[in-house]
Amino acid sequence: MFEERSAKVLIIAFLLIAAGGALLTYKVRALGFPLLPDSEAQVWTVEAAVSFEAGPAPIKVRMFIPGLTPGFAILDENFVSRGFGATTRYVAGGREVQWARRRARGPQTLYYRAVVYRDPTLAEDDTTPPFPPSPIFAEPFSTAASIIVEDVGSKSADPASFTQELLQQLNSPGADQNVDLLLGLDPDIVDVARTATTLLAAALIPARLLRGIYLEDQQRYAEVIPWLMVHDGTRWLYFDPDSGQQGLPNDFLVWWNGTESLTTLDGGRDLDVTFSVSSSLMDPVSLAQRRSEARAGPLGQLSLFALPIRTQAVYSVLLLVPLGALLVVILRNLVGVQTFGTFMPVLIALAFRETQLLWGILLFSVLVALGLGLRFYLERLRLLAVPRVGAVLIIVVLLMLAISVLSHRLGLDTGLSVALFPMVILAMTIERMSIVWEERGAEEAIQQGLGSLLVAAVCYAVMDLDTARHLVFVFPESLLIVLAFTLLVGRYTGYRLTELRRFRAFGQRGSQ
Amino acid sequence: MMLRSPRQLRELGVLGMNERNANFVQRFNERRLYPLVDDKLQTKRLALAAGIAVPELYGVMETPGDTARLAELVANRDEFVIKPAHGSGGDGIMVVSGQSARRRGQYRLMDGSFISEAGIRYHATNIISGRYSLGGHRDQAMIEYCVQPDPVFAEATYRGVPDIRVLVFRGYPAMAMVRLPTRQSHGKANLHQGAIGAGIDLLSGRTVNGVFQNQPTDEHPDTGAPVVDIQVPHWNMLLELAARCYDLTELGYLGVDLVLDRDHGPLILELNARPGLSIQIANRAGLRRRFGLFVEQPDKRPVADRLAYMRAALHDEPSLSPVA
Repeated sequence: MFEERSAKVLIIAFLLIAAGGALLTYKVRALGFPLLPDSEAQVWTVEAAVSFEAGPAPIKVRMFIPGLTPGFAILDENFVSRGFGATTRYVAGGREVQWARRRARGPQTLYYRAVVYRDPTLAEDDTTPPFPPSPIFAEPFSTAASIIVEDVGSKSADPASFTQELLQQLNSPGADQNVDLLLGLDPDIVDVARTATTLLAAALIPARLLRGIYLEDQQRYAEVIPWLMVHDGTRWLYFDPDSGQQGLPNDFLVWWNGTESLTTLDGGRDLDVTFSVSSSLMDPVSLAQRRSEARAGPLGQLSLFALPIRTQAVYSVLLLVPLGALLVVILRNLVGVQTFGTFMPVLIALAFRETQLLWGILLFSVLVALGLGLRFYLERLRLLAVPRVGAVLIIVVLLMLAISVLSHRLGLDTGLSVALFPMVILAMTIERMSIVWEERGAEEAIQQGLGSLLVAAVCYAVMDLDTARHLVFVFPESLLIVLAFTLLVGRYTGYRLTELRRFRAFGQRGSQ
Repeated sequence: MMLRSPRQLRELGVLGMNERNANFVQRFNERRLYPLVDDKLQTKRLALAAGIAVPELYGVMETPGDTARLAELVANRDEFVIKPAHGSGGDGIMVVSGQSARRRGQYRLMDGSFISEAGIRYHATNIISGRYSLGGHRDQAMIEYCVQPDPVFAEATYRGVPDIRVLVFRGYPAMAMVRLPTRQSHGKANLHQGAIGAGIDLLSGRTVNGVFQNQPTDEHPDTGAPVVDIQVPHWNMLLELAARCYDLTELGYLGVDLVLDRDHGPLILELNARPGLSIQIANRAGLRRRFGLFVEQPDKRPVADRLAYMRAALHDEPSLSPVA
């Protein structure tokens, strides 16, 4: 007969948990908000400086910039180029920036700066490329190429082993005439990689030449390193053209692909490009925040970080109140602790955040004890109700002031934080406690007072956890889950923990 | 053993606070009916209209100015009670048991201390300002007849008036206990104020088990008199009165507080829409199980039929409460 309502609550709670959980998961997984408050995220600032001697014709500089970067995502990028117009576009080799200027003289330096961070979710292009067109060689290169392809093919089983075998052959100059013929004189590693892509194309294996840099901290002149990307029919594989090792180092930032050179310059000379890398630590929350702004999803906007800092500070405290409320609900309805005022302990716990627990309990007890004493004296003056509570409130404020001044004199600055106690709540607590004291006796009054303090201490302990603060502030949607649990407790009709003791007389058969 | 396991309690049919609130108070007591019992003046009017005896009302003070009429209202009464019309849990009740013979304007309280007229007026002012009312709303102070308890519980009472609580579920008396004031309860008959409770066998009207501060006991802590095996007089009449209160209020989960007056017999003292659970300890019986007997019964049966059904049902119920 009661199941229908319970079922409804269960469904609502489930929906709330699902919604909150989904939002939370999305923010953790897709937007990269950190679930725990601890770590700091590493970001790298990569700077490419393009310097050249300008003039006399109109100047046009084109440079590849990172587009598709497996393992990394670009947080921010900017182009420092006084007097130049900068436009970016996607091209075959990735992405490029084009700087243009009608007229300029003397040495020019253009900067491209990108801030990147690790993002394991960013993978390579997963479209399967078409079979590459067979390269056209002139003799005698054609014969040499087909001999190598045939030889390597016979010593390998699949595209991966083919690539490794090929790279090994290409990297052992002098061992094979055909290799020497194709590589030419004094080949560098780029030549090796480029030749490898050509030969892979001859074997109908799609391959690309990548260029990138290692992200190592404090590199003034980072070197551009070639890398090889080979498609094995289902996915892209990476190879170090130098060693033949498979894989992409996790600190390798892909800059562009293809055989074209990094920069082209029209209307200038003495082109030079230098890369520098520096790493720094960033608060992962603000990193995630900027990232979600960059992605401009509607959920990225669903965040407290868009609010003014002062409002944020207010909410960082306010958002803890629901947690405290849930704790009060649990302690009252599941445990059965008695308190003065339902949510008074939450407010006291908020004050404890400033005073620290021990001092908080001490100050609270002193204030309530002094207030009660004066309250009992006021009782003898026979005042009307509202003026009496008003008087208690004023006395509470005066006591707070006295404690602050006194503790400051004694050099105990913690006493100053007493000013943060919610004084109206304190006055009401004193009023209520005095009634319970008179009507039910000191024992019950003190018991309820201690109950309130206990609940406040538990609330404080939870609300003071870095993890809890972080969770509710970064993921306010977690409050949906808090709400769900509160609703669930609302349909809990089992016994309270204290009732197991209260009803202990049951079953004591015959014993009196 | 200091604790009972939840399973044990469930098997004994014990009702817990959460279940009481969710499944009984909220389900069987419509909120719009609360004023009938939360306002003791209304309850009194209701009972009188139905021909049920209540303690005589001497007067009502509604403003602090009204308290000036106190002496006039109680002019020729030696004993009277001042209580808040919207009080709960027995808070704010002041029992005046006589006027001082030597000094005019001095009154004697239940516990033997003296209080001036101004003191009583101050108490009435506190009541009016809502100090004891639910939610702190403005209240009225009632002055009424001070019940002269029937001597049956005289031995087992330390000052004050014992009262009988009958828990009525959907019009069926489901459990009953007598509440005996102790020194600790200052003459008040509420268990959480330190009164002793003794369960009453609904069929025979004899007290069965005592409970003091949630602990079983057979003796009154102050007088040492036994609290068990006392036959409550007018028992069937008390049950009928309690059952009739359901028809007055339509509250399905109702606590009826009755007193036995030496001169006037059974009187309805007050009604309670959220009666507590200690009655289970006094009877060593679970309310869930008792309610199970009545929850399926048709509504609006005549009182006599309900009582007959209750007796038959309890007669067949296996004895759960071990009598020592």
